[in-house]
Amino acid sequence: MPTNDSRSLHSFIARHVVDIPRSGIRDFFDIVSTMKDVISLGIGEPDFDTPWHVREFTVFALEHGATHYTSNMGLLELRRAIALYVEKTFRASYDPEKEILITVGVSEALDLALRALLNPGDEVLYHEPCYVSYRADVVLAHGRPLTVETRRDNDFRLTRAMLERQATPRTKLLLLNFPNNPTGATLRKEDLEEIAAFARERDLLVITDEIYAELTHDGEHTSIASLPGMKERTIFLHGFSKAWAMTGFRLGYACAPPELTEAMMKVHQYTMLCAPTMSQKAAIEALTKPETDVKVMADEYRRRRNLLVRGFEDIGLPCSRPGGAFYAFPSIGHLGISSRDFALKLLEEEKVAVVPGTAFGACGEGFVRCAYATSMDNLQEAMKRMGRFVKRLKNS
Amino acid sequence: MDELLTILKNNALEKPETIARMLNLSVDEVKKRIAEYEQQGVIRAYQAILNVDQLDLNQVTAVIEVKVTPEREGGFNRVASRISRFPEVQSVYLMSGAYDLLLFVAGRNLKEVALFVSEKLATLDGVISTSTHFMLKTYKHHGVLMETESADERLQVSP
Ligand SMILES: Cc1ncc(COP(=O)(O)O)c(C=O)c1O
Repeated sequence: MPTNDSRSLHSFIARHVVDIPRSGIRDFFDIVSTMKDVISLGIGEPDFDTPWHVREFTVFALEHGATHYTSNMGLLELRRAIALYVEKTFRASYDPEKEILITVGVSEALDLALRALLNPGDEVLYHEPCYVSYRADVVLAHGRPLTVETRRDNDFRLTRAMLERQATPRTKLLLLNFPNNPTGATLRKEDLEEIAAFARERDLLVITDEIYAELTHDGEHTSIASLPGMKERTIFLHGFSKAWAMTGFRLGYACAPPELTEAMMKVHQYTMLCAPTMSQKAAIEALTKPETDVKVMADEYRRRRNLLVRGFEDIGLPCSRPGGAFYAFPSIGHLGISSRDFALKLLEEEKVAVVPGTAFGACGEGFVRCAYATSMDNLQEAMKRMGRFVKRLKNS
Repeated sequence: MDELLTILKNNALEKPETIARMLNLSVDEVKKRIAEYEQQGVIRAYQAILNVDQLDLNQVTAVIEVKVTPEREGGFNRVASRISRFPEVQSVYLMSGAYDLLLFVAGRNLKEVALFVSEKLATLDGVISTSTHFMLKTYKHHGVLMETESADERLQVSP
């Protein structure tokens, strides 16, 4: 067998893996990481430290032997805490024994859901711009990605009409993410009700990634799982990475009807076995102690959002007001430059990193993602630099 | 607490222009509300939080527990406000538990503080006893850690 020839090694790689393009984020990361003193608005994770009591409890748990496997489903105590929390926060009730599965982040939960449900060629309908993993995850599960494009003139909201235009008889799943990465878009309850009705009429299952739910800045978050007739056909995904600033703990969960949970559990059991035990302990601490942690961080994100939106107004970048998460998605299309070139030049000339909108789908062309998971001082400085930069572009 | 106060408590130097943006208010409204808080005495002062251990100041701080006989009218207030007048006294709190007042007292050295206690404090009418502890090192002051946190460990760009 030829082993030293990289071309022939390439021929060993599965075709569907070869077909997945390299992530636009990784690509950009490689460029940014060669530079010094960059203000990065490119980071998709909280700048806050994990709340101290959670870290301290994790150390305690480690000292007391939380180093073994747990049951495949995850610690029952954690599943019970999650059931209470989800019921109270999202108004959807799940049986901790049969309907909640602890996973390695929302990342694994999404992968499990797709692999458990898709036959080769089944279509998954989702909205772009979206989180970078969705398309690849669908393809890896041998499904067919089917996208609808959300638009700035509609504040990147998803409507029933948009879904209707795209859905086909082969469509099996609808994948939702609100508040949205990268646009910060949220949905109103009325929008969700129409989407829910569409899912029921077309007999679609819904996977809803609500990882940013607690970071909703205006109004109240509604989960599609809480709408009438939806719990039965919804896989609700959530985790601790964003609102609790626990990205490195790698902990999330899926809530779904027993048959679906069981199916995901099968894949999880044979591929992951269980989520890290110390992280599960940490999550119990995070959920069962008062929630001021989350509120303090959410309040700060909202203030930064306000600051940033006004900043974009001032420097002349049209930006729809993000209702949640910690991303703004200003438009740069009118400047006669591609998203990628904008991001590259901005990095080169002003040392501010943003992510080209195209990393989140082709319809992200004309936009850049700015994460406000960074200090108020950094945001103000970044705005100043971007202002200078945009002015130069306009004059050139 | 009013979010405006939360912001100022974190950073008293935050400009009204910036606060206005964070809270979606007009600059005039922010200025007006700050002025009101100052007038009402809700905002008492604006100070920098120093890491005095770094300054080599020739200064010691003592924490002093004081037992006091309450007065028939006014309870502890009269004694407490008399004690508060001394410029070397940094903070005064009325406490529940084994003693009544807790003081933070600054002096140039141990002897100076000892003199303050024996001559000024212990001799006040109503003061029954004192117990003095000297502070050795500050780790955290008014919610601020005195050691710089480690740098941002996050990847520069992530999904
Ligand atoms: C929409 C969305 N879903 C899922 C994830 C991944 O979350 P986790 O850390 O729980 O795997 C992210 C992280 O950026 C995200 O933005």
